[in-house]
Amino acid sequence: MDLFLQQLLTGLANGAIYACLALAVVMIYQAIDHFNFAQGEMAMFSTYICWAMIAGGVPYWIAFFATIVVSFIGGLAIERIIFKPLHNAPVLSHIVVFIGLVAIFNSFAGAIWDHNIKTFPSPFPEGSFGGLIGLHEVGMFFVTLLLLFAIFCFFRFTRVGMAMQAAAANPDSAGLVGIRVGWMLALGWGLAAAIGAVAGMMIAPIVFLEPNMMLGILLYGFAAAIVGGISSPGGAVAGGFLVGIIENMAGTYIPAIGSELKLTVALILIVTVLLFKPNGLFGKTIVTRV
Amino acid sequence: MATDVETRIDTKLNAGAKIPFKWVIPFIVIGAVLPFILGGYATFQGTLIMIYAIAILGLNLLTGFNGQFSLGHSAFYAIGAYTAAILVYHLDWPVYAAIPVGGVVCFIAGFLFGLPALRLEGLYLALATFALGVSIPQVLKSSHLEGLTGGVQGLDVFRPDVPAILVDNFGITMDQWWYMIVFVVLLFMFWIAWNLINSRTGRAMMAIRDNPIAARSMGVNASMYKSLTFGVSAFYTGVAGAIAAIVIEFVAPDSFTFQLSILLFIGMVVGGTGSIWGAVFGGFFILTVPNFAEEISTGLSYAIFGIILILVIYVMPSGFAGLVNLLRVRIKKIL
Repeated sequence: MDLFLQQLLTGLANGAIYACLALAVVMIYQAIDHFNFAQGEMAMFSTYICWAMIAGGVPYWIAFFATIVVSFIGGLAIERIIFKPLHNAPVLSHIVVFIGLVAIFNSFAGAIWDHNIKTFPSPFPEGSFGGLIGLHEVGMFFVTLLLLFAIFCFFRFTRVGMAMQAAAANPDSAGLVGIRVGWMLALGWGLAAAIGAVAGMMIAPIVFLEPNMMLGILLYGFAAAIVGGISSPGGAVAGGFLVGIIENMAGTYIPAIGSELKLTVALILIVTVLLFKPNGLFGKTIVTRV
Repeated sequence: MATDVETRIDTKLNAGAKIPFKWVIPFIVIGAVLPFILGGYATFQGTLIMIYAIAILGLNLLTGFNGQFSLGHSAFYAIGAYTAAILVYHLDWPVYAAIPVGGVVCFIAGFLFGLPALRLEGLYLALATFALGVSIPQVLKSSHLEGLTGGVQGLDVFRPDVPAILVDNFGITMDQWWYMIVFVVLLFMFWIAWNLINSRTGRAMMAIRDNPIAARSMGVNASMYKSLTFGVSAFYTGVAGAIAAIVIEFVAPDSFTFQLSILLFIGMVVGGTGSIWGAVFGGFFILTVPNFAEEISTGLSYAIFGIILILVIYVMPSGFAGLVNLLRVRIKKIL
C-alpha cells in the first residue's frame, strides 16, 4: 500500500508538470485554433531569462514577474512579426514555421547560456510532505490550480476573453461584430507565452534547466491537453494528472513494461481513450454544419 | 475547429499533379545521367534524396491527397527497414526481394493502423500517429525483441556485389548501381502514384479531403478509402525504409526517432503538399539543408536550419510546387 501511495503521489507530482504545460497548450489553442509546437521551447527560453536575472542578483519574485511580462511581449512580437505576414498560408506551412521556431529557440538558448545543466531555485521551502511528496510539487500543484482559476475567469467573465474565443472559433463573424481578430491572435500568443513561462519556471527546479528540458515534457503536455479535451482548461489539468499517474503506475506494476516501455504504454492508453471519446474526456462535442 | 488541419490545404496545388508528359522526359534523362557525372559521395547523396522522396510521396498521398495528418511515418519507415534487415540478416533473403516485402508488411501495418484512426481527425489523429512514431524506437530497443531486432546495437545488412557483367563492361560502382536501382524504383512509384491520383480512387481520396460529408453522400466509401490510403502511404514509406536499410547497410532504433517524422513532414510541406513531383524537392531539402546549416556554424546549426525553414515558407507558402505553379501561370500571362 505504501508503494501504491508513493507511486500515486509521484504520478501526481509528474502530472502537475504536464498539467501546467497542458494549460499553456490549451490557452494558445483557444486563441489561434491550432497547436503551437514551439510552446515548450518558448517556455524554456523564458525560464533561461529568469535564471539569468536571478544569477544577476535580482530577487526571485521580481525576476518571476519580470519574466512573465517579457514573455508576454515576446509572444506578442512573434505573432506580429512572424505569423502576421503568413496569415493566408496553409495551416501545414504554419506548422513548419513552428518547427523552425523550435530549432531557433533551442539553438540560441544553447549558444547564449551553454548546454550545461543548471539548477533553478524554487520559491517554495525545501523539504517534503510526510516524506512522500516534495513541498515544491505541492506548491506547483496549487500554482497550477490558481492559474486554471485565473484562466477560467478570464475566458468566462471578461470581454477580452470572450472576444478571443470568438475570434478563434469564427474569425469572419468575429470581425464583423467589431472584434480586432489580428490583435486577438497576438494577445493569445502573448498570454500563452506568459503561461508557458510560469510553467517553465515551476518545472525547472524539478527537471533542471537545459535547452532540451521541454522536449519530452511538451509531448506529455500535448497528450494531456488532448486527453482532457482541447477545448477545456479544466480537462487539460485533469488530463495532465491522469497521464502522470498512468505513466508511473504502468511502469511500476506491470513488470514486462518497466521503465523502458512506459512512455509507449502511456501513449497507447491515450489513443485508446481517444477512440472511445474522440473529443477527449471533458471536451465539448463539436457539431459542424454542412 | 480541429478539422481545419485537414480541410484548409491549398486547393490550387492540385494543378501540380498535372504536368505535361514532355516535361517528364528531360528529368528522367538528367536523373539517369547524373551518377556518371557526379562523384561517388554525391551519387550516394542523390540515392538518399530519392529514398526520402519516396517516403515523402507516401506521406503526401495521405496528407496532401486524403487530408489525414500523420506524425508517425518514421514508424512505417522503421518497419520497412527492419523487415528488410531481418529478412536479410536472419533468413538470408536476397536484398532485392526484401524491398517489396518491406513495403507489403508496411501496407498491412498501415491499413490496420488506419482502421482505428478512422475515428480520429485532425489533432487527435496527429496525436495517435505521433504515439506510434514515438513508441516504435522503444519497442525496437525493448529487451523482449532483442533476439530479432538486435536491440540498441541494431543489425548489419550486407549488400551483394554489383553483377559482374556490369562491372567488367561498364565499370559500374556500388554507388552507381544502387543509384540506378533506386532511380528505377522511384520512377515506378511516382508512376503508380500518378495513376492512382488521376483515377476514380484518387478522385474519391481528394473528395474525402475536401468535403467528407459531401463525398459520403455521393456514395464514396470514406472508411474504406481512408484506411486504404493509410495502407498505400505506409507502403511507400516502407519501401523507402527497406531501401534505406540496404543502402546504408545498417539499421538501429535511433535512426527512426520522431525527428525523422518531422523531417518527412517538413519535406512534404516544402516540396508542396498535394504535389507528386514536389516530393523530390522535399527530399533534396531535408538532406542538404541540415548539412548546409552545419557547415555555416556548428553551434548554431539548428537555429540556421530554423531560419532557413521560416524564410522558405515566406517565399513559398505553398511549397516548391506551389511556387512553380505560380511562376507558370505568370509566364503564361506574359506570353
